Amino acid sequence: MDLTLNVWRQNGPEDKGHMETYPVSGVSPDMSFLEMMDMLNDQIIRDGGDPVAFDHDCREGICGMCSMFINGEAHGPGRGVTTCQLHMRSFKDGDSITIEPWRASAFPVVKDLAVDRSAFDRIIQSGGYISVNTSGETLDANAIPVPKPQADEAFSAATCIGCGACVATCKNASAMLFVSAKVSQFALLPQGQPERASRVKRMVDQMDEEGFGNCTNTGACAVECPKGIDLSNIARMNRDFLKASADSE
Amino acid sequence: MLDSKIPEGPLAEKWTSHKNNINLVNPANKRLIDVIVVGTGLAGSSAAASLAEMGYNVKAFCFQDSPRRAHSIAAQGGINAAKNYQNDGDSVYRLFYDTIKGGDYRSREGNVHRLAEVSTSIIDQCVAQGVPFAREYGGLLDNRSFGGVQVSRTFYAKGQTGQQLLLGAYSALSRQISKGKVEMFTRHEMMDVVMVDGKCRGIIARNLITGELERHAAHAVVLASGGYGNVFFLSTNAMGSNVSASWKAHKKGAFMANPCFTQIHPTCIPVSGEHQSKLTLMSESLRNDGRIWVPAKKEDAEAIRKGTLQAIEIAEEDRDYYLERRYPAFGNLVPRDVASRAAKERCDAGFGVNETGEAVFLDYASAIERYGKTEANIRGLKNPAASEITELGKQVVKAKYGNLFDMYKQIAADDPYETPMKIYPAVHYTMGGLWVDYNLMTSVPGLYAAGEANFSDHGANRLGASALMQGLADGYFVLPYTIGDFLSQDIRTGEISSDSTEFVAAEKEVKERINHLINNNGTKPVDEFHRRLGRIMWDECGMSRSAEGLKKAIEDIRALRDEFWRDVRVPGSDDGFNPELDKAGRVADFLELGELMCKDALERNESCGGHFREEYQTPEGEALRDDTDFTFVSAWEFTGDPKESKLHKEDLKFENIELKQRSYK
Repeated sequence: MDLTLNVWRQNGPEDKGHMETYPVSGVSPDMSFLEMMDMLNDQIIRDGGDPVAFDHDCREGICGMCSMFINGEAHGPGRGVTTCQLHMRSFKDGDSITIEPWRASAFPVVKDLAVDRSAFDRIIQSGGYISVNTSGETLDANAIPVPKPQADEAFSAATCIGCGACVATCKNASAMLFVSAKVSQFALLPQGQPERASRVKRMVDQMDEEGFGNCTNTGACAVECPKGIDLSNIARMNRDFLKASADSE
Repeated sequence: MLDSKIPEGPLAEKWTSHKNNINLVNPANKRLIDVIVVGTGLAGSSAAASLAEMGYNVKAFCFQDSPRRAHSIAAQGGINAAKNYQNDGDSVYRLFYDTIKGGDYRSREGNVHRLAEVSTSIIDQCVAQGVPFAREYGGLLDNRSFGGVQVSRTFYAKGQTGQQLLLGAYSALSRQISKGKVEMFTRHEMMDVVMVDGKCRGIIARNLITGELERHAAHAVVLASGGYGNVFFLSTNAMGSNVSASWKAHKKGAFMANPCFTQIHPTCIPVSGEHQSKLTLMSESLRNDGRIWVPAKKEDAEAIRKGTLQAIEIAEEDRDYYLERRYPAFGNLVPRDVASRAAKERCDAGFGVNETGEAVFLDYASAIERYGKTEANIRGLKNPAASEITELGKQVVKAKYGNLFDMYKQIAADDPYETPMKIYPAVHYTMGGLWVDYNLMTSVPGLYAAGEANFSDHGANRLGASALMQGLADGYFVLPYTIGDFLSQDIRTGEISSDSTEFVAAEKEVKERINHLINNNGTKPVDEFHRRLGRIMWDECGMSRSAEGLKKAIEDIRALRDEFWRDVRVPGSDDGFNPELDKAGRVADFLELGELMCKDALERNESCGGHFREEYQTPEGEALRDDTDFTFVSAWEFTGDPKESKLHKEDLKFENIELKQRSYK
């Protein structure tokens, strides 16, 4: 396949940035999108240019590092996949592809397509944990039975990979889907109950402080989420947040 | 002769008595002691969190943009623990025994028994942290089976167990970061360790965003930087996984143990073309229910390769379920090394089933039917139609392995619910690593290695679902105690200065190497060298090895290394975000490690576990160990050039287990 790539180039957070066009030829439909980017960079390096910087690591859809906005969609066309799992067979010979970074003021650009998502880490640090020391001197694991439906739902929420596609997709750059997934995981488990109220308050406060936008229930985040995190998590977080706010006043 | 410092006394009491006798650091003094942890996977995150909880001041480093991205996240199948919840006769001793046998009798009894002992605490700990393990309808934890064992002791969270365990450790780490007890440095790469007065007292790190070099001093350094499978270029490791932290430590005096012990995982998605950048694992858990086969007739295999015949058109009697045929006792659940070699044997003999001839089938048809029938019974369906059974069966399989099947479909563009998957072995894990004693300290005082970065527990072959167990055991329950033995000498040392001549010299050395790479003005990108190195390693130091091939590989690697330093092109500058520069430094280290791996494989004149030397096999083609001459750990000392590395031996003593030829028949 022969393709035309329109790629966002930006040399650091202060740079204004611009689109640049690169032709690539001989792309195999079996290549992953990132392997196609490897090919582009190989070409650029051999021509003496500056390769396109992008984040990636596991290339199997679980680390959450890859993060490209392709033809106006987070992780490109296709549902339930990250950029690294997108294959070139999703495109046609002669296609033009536009590749941009996640765009959100809470995710400043590091270079080109790589952005700084440390805001997510700070939200987790604000309360996304159960306060138990790692001594191993806890209850026997089976002393805490959890009904299977609840355990399965907690698991589904916990599968969030923290890639930030929800923020990139949202017109308000809201992080509600990400935050609510972690809030829900613990809200659904007996182990998470003691800190349930303080956790949701702290995490939502931190989310606001990081400059993420508000949720207007458009639901685009859940559509583009590569792990299918459900919108009902946001509803659960809102309920918990309201209750916690009311109880503390 | 190396001293592993295994405590005296009966096997089952060694760890308890060691803990009782180890030197402690009192809580007030812990506040005066700094520890650096490199890597934030299961071992690193859990160690950093635990050390901080105990009161030490911790600095943690990862090269990714967040500690949650470390490659432990990608572990799929599960984590072993001797809980015996299934009442199938499991015990600490049985887990210990399976691990020693699975490792082909090349690991330490003392370490492995300790691992089995603490395994049960890991599950308790993770559940308390809110890790959502799979559960049965009664609300209790579910288990499944993995290769090389005859009990169900594997705890899991669908095919994302590593993700859930890592996020658990990451949450514990995040809690300590919020308390200020851990200072976290993301997008930082360790460039070297710094030795002061014969002890490891810090590291030189590089900020990967600004390119700045930083000096970080501490009383002890823990490397939890993972394995080195990426020396093969194509592996199931993440693109950034590297040996550099371990290799830098090796060059500063830490011995490298059994570097040739590499695990080739039998069930990965086969290579599709020259463009391939990594390989994707299909969890070993799939061998619980899937059956592996190739056509029994060569002409069928040829027709499949040409695309004129489909797998589902081959009649049952014309299929060769070669693992069930060769190993009736363990069948499809033989250990990884055995399963991988058996696949290679069939493909080499001309029975491979994709265009390249390097693939076998992993078939779920009979599992779908079996589960479908059970489900129909549960639902009280009378005389269900075959299509109904199949549909019910698919639903059960989807619930157990859905994400893996989706992943396969995405990559291979083929539907595994309808047609068998094609799989082939690929590099997955490295049992070798930095040599450590019972306290997990390397041969350098004050320098520790945990998780896959060390060599200690898996011998010549790791059993499935044991990497997660070892990573968390080291980080939560072993290292936080054993490190006190060394740090107790440091309660009066005071803060370590990073302005000493040692730190200045180490930083200068790092700077020079970076300058060299940036200013090289060569013609070829880093990846080209990495690919070529990978090809040499896979051909000569992969699933089977020979003296002749290894000697040739050593020459080829040396030539490639010279060419790299002459002709590599690293674009951009060293004062900003430059992933090509990061990669160049890592590949430079792989080019040295590769040679040492071949040398180690050449010196080990026996076959054991993942190390299969063609010259040493039984008439049936099984690995032939030489217990008289090779019951030892090879620990290599760097002396300036991998070619001149010096071999130290640690004798392995088996006081509780009788050495036998491993049989899964």
